[in-house]
Amino acid sequence: MRVVIVGAGEVGSSIAASLAESHDVVVVDVDSERVERLTYEHDVLTVEGDGASLDTLRAADVSKADIVIASTDDDETNLAICGTVKTASGAFTIARVQNRAYLETWRHSQGVFGVDFMVCTDLLTAQSIVRIVGLPTARDVDPFAGGRVQMAEFEVTEGSPLAGQTVQEADRFDALTFAAVIRGDDVEIARGDTAIDAGDKVVVIGRPGSVEAFAAAVVPEGGADEVGNVVIVGGSSVGELTGRLLSERGFVPRLIEQDPERARELAETLSKTTVLEHDATDAEFLEREHVGEAGLLVAALDSDERNLLVSLLAKRLGVNRTVAIVDNPAYVDLFEAVGVDVAINPREVTAEEITRFTRERRMENVAIVEPGAAEVLEVEIDEESALAGRSIREAVADLPDGVVVGAITRNGEFVTPRGDTVVQVGDHVVAFVREDALDAVTATL
Amino acid sequence: MSATLRVDWRASVSLTGRVVKWLTVPMLFPLALALFYGRGLKAILPAIAIAFVVGWGLERLHSDPAAALGAREGFLMVALTWLLISVVGALPYIFEGSLTAYGATSTLRLPVNALFETMSGFTTTGSTVMGDISFETHSRALMMWRQETQWLGGMGIVVLAVAILPELSVGGAQLMDAEAPGPGIQKLTPRIAETARALWGMYIGLTVLEIVGLYGFHQLGMAPEMTLYNAVAHGFTTMPTGGFSPEARSIEAFTAVVQWFIIPFMVAAGTNFALFWHVWNRDFNVVWDDIEFKTYLGAIGVLTAITTGLLFTTPGFDMLTNALEPSLRHATFQIASIVTTTGYASMDFNNWGQHAKYVLLFAMFIGGSAGSTGGGIKIIRWVVILKTLRRELFTAVHPEAVRPVRLGSTVIDEDAIRGIYAFTLLYLVIFAFGTLVVLLVGVPGQELSAFEATSAVAATLGNVGPGVGIVGPMNSFLPFPRASKLLMVFFMWVGRLEIFPVLVLLTHAYWRS
Repeated sequence: MRVVIVGAGEVGSSIAASLAESHDVVVVDVDSERVERLTYEHDVLTVEGDGASLDTLRAADVSKADIVIASTDDDETNLAICGTVKTASGAFTIARVQNRAYLETWRHSQGVFGVDFMVCTDLLTAQSIVRIVGLPTARDVDPFAGGRVQMAEFEVTEGSPLAGQTVQEADRFDALTFAAVIRGDDVEIARGDTAIDAGDKVVVIGRPGSVEAFAAAVVPEGGADEVGNVVIVGGSSVGELTGRLLSERGFVPRLIEQDPERARELAETLSKTTVLEHDATDAEFLEREHVGEAGLLVAALDSDERNLLVSLLAKRLGVNRTVAIVDNPAYVDLFEAVGVDVAINPREVTAEEITRFTRERRMENVAIVEPGAAEVLEVEIDEESALAGRSIREAVADLPDGVVVGAITRNGEFVTPRGDTVVQVGDHVVAFVREDALDAVTATL
Repeated sequence: MSATLRVDWRASVSLTGRVVKWLTVPMLFPLALALFYGRGLKAILPAIAIAFVVGWGLERLHSDPAAALGAREGFLMVALTWLLISVVGALPYIFEGSLTAYGATSTLRLPVNALFETMSGFTTTGSTVMGDISFETHSRALMMWRQETQWLGGMGIVVLAVAILPELSVGGAQLMDAEAPGPGIQKLTPRIAETARALWGMYIGLTVLEIVGLYGFHQLGMAPEMTLYNAVAHGFTTMPTGGFSPEARSIEAFTAVVQWFIIPFMVAAGTNFALFWHVWNRDFNVVWDDIEFKTYLGAIGVLTAITTGLLFTTPGFDMLTNALEPSLRHATFQIASIVTTTGYASMDFNNWGQHAKYVLLFAMFIGGSAGSTGGGIKIIRWVVILKTLRRELFTAVHPEAVRPVRLGSTVIDEDAIRGIYAFTLLYLVIFAFGTLVVLLVGVPGQELSAFEATSAVAATLGNVGPGVGIVGPMNSFLPFPRASKLLMVFFMWVGRLEIFPVLVLLTHAYWRS
């Protein structure tokens, strides 16, 4: 497949990197340095120029493209690119935007602006945060099959009832499959005798209710206090959207914003959120407002450094878990290493979302569990699939090692996959796949 | 000297003149009645002639007044209009009292009384200084003029002017804002003249509906007293929340069916007319989501329940104790009548127990909804004030909290909140100071209690109508000395225009740059 990516910033580069191996990728950017660097880093074709101009797009041979991804940092440019592409090509267009108003317009009338698929960075980020809030112990949660299946990653901490058990012992949940145990960089496919130790991360796939029950079981005794008490620091767009999504789910979050005008604006738009106007790095203020009693704190300030500071401060005051927005992807690991529970990079989230659209058509949904280590795929089974009409035990024998069938939905109903479950054409299969098995699995499923 | 004046007063006066000139048109209705009944022509005809000449003369003051109409001219025009129509509208009373033999006993032949009665009419207050409410002393034509002043004043004489005078369409929103009850106006349509017409259309529609209903009961034999004359007369004063009745006993003169029937119309009159517009356009959600409307119904419900309980249980001269239907009926009627500031009486509530009367006095301060024909402080202001107070309590604990005050999903501007506080404070200051003056001036030959003085000022400032005791529903404001009456004329005037359009004229800053 031929994919044209316009905008070689972090999002564009990240998408290019993950697609370069299996597709023909063309990257367009106005910045000659970036273009040059990409040429050497990845096996992609680069074109220098303004992606919103027809000439540049022609130079990138856009008429032959299957997918065009507009991922510059400017919303309007991205929309203009998609509109321009439509005049010269039948390619599927994907636009990345930050302003949620465009997303709402697009949802209202799909295909508007010449955009076939739109991703909103801030909304995606907020959604990731909210999913994590919903499962107090999860590090990552992704919905599949229209929300009927969830994939979640948990960290097994010291004192968790799961620590020291084997998968078989831990497997007492209906409609839940253990996919993998991740130890350091090592992804181990879960077998009955796989041991779960403190410090490991566990990936499970199952019905949302079961995942919730599992989430509760992972927590050490007495550790599951009120997640209801959520504090958001920073009234950025992500902070605002997080507040909105949380209040839509019945939470009454508190949001701290320093700028009086922005604080007032947020207080007006977020009717169910208590907005506090103050500097969130003021420890005395945090103490006075009993922020330490919060179950979760989301740091969504404009600067990574301040987000780190606030998160650590909150931890010291006693906040159970902290989620920090990190703009610089290089900091993600660092943040988690020094004590921030979850670090989220909006561009990474966006790249992930766009990547799943550029996979083979049959792939409905993709979640990247650990970048470069494992993915979770959702596939609709057709007649050519290796799974069609066979039991899972038989089929898996033909597949490479690193794959687990985590869940099946049939006509919208959840089916727990067991060895003798026979997969039918039309079923949606959610599978955990280790990176090394990815190509083989996508080819046969 | 005029060089430093920043107000084009000639433009304002000219427009006022135009409204006065047009006032002769509604005066044709009592004129027709005078011809029909063969009585009252001497009162109406010269008044029409004078109104026309005065109006026409004032109109000449400016060649293009609409073009010169700014915010300041608007205030002056609105305030002057209400004053001047009351002066001109008083002429029929004075003429009938002085020019006819039957009117010689009329208390309204005195200019102060006539002015009081007309101001009470146009402002839909319903307080009266008539000594004898009967067709012996007054012609049916004059009595209908008295009813008609209320109907004209209800939806607003300026709103009517905006609706029918095309040259007022530009500054119309400003004029309507100065006149309309409640903070701010809601434009229902892109064009202000159309909004004004829509408001008047709904107003006329409801009035007609009530008249038809009332006369219908008469035809069915369920309301022998409700003749066509009475049906029209009461239709004319229910919808504007006026309260005048050509019957000396007010609504007590009619059957229970009529009393029950009038209650929903009073409640409708105290409702924001914009809601009827939405109902008309089948947009019912706006009504369910309207917090003022819900509070309004809630206030009427709670006060009615309390009053019913008091009437039902407390022995008094009222003969309501232990009789459920009359207790409920009179409580509902009286509370609806006072909260909406209609001022009708279904019985002499002077005979009620003291507690029930306190409830009524309290109800005078609630007022109708914004954008209704009701007077008083208005529900919306109380809602905002209570919500702001709750915010103050919250921010006392969380000083950094930013809490906008919301009505449903709309955020109220902080400036608007300040305006609401300023208005309410000013209202209460005028009320307190006015009560003191009325109490000090007193009533010759009679004992005026503080409670009575309080209720008299509350009734005129809030455009309610009757008070308790000396100014009770079956009594009148007649015994007050001239000074107090003039003061109450002022109260009615500022009460109807919600203080600011009048008071701003008294400031230095208004007249100079």
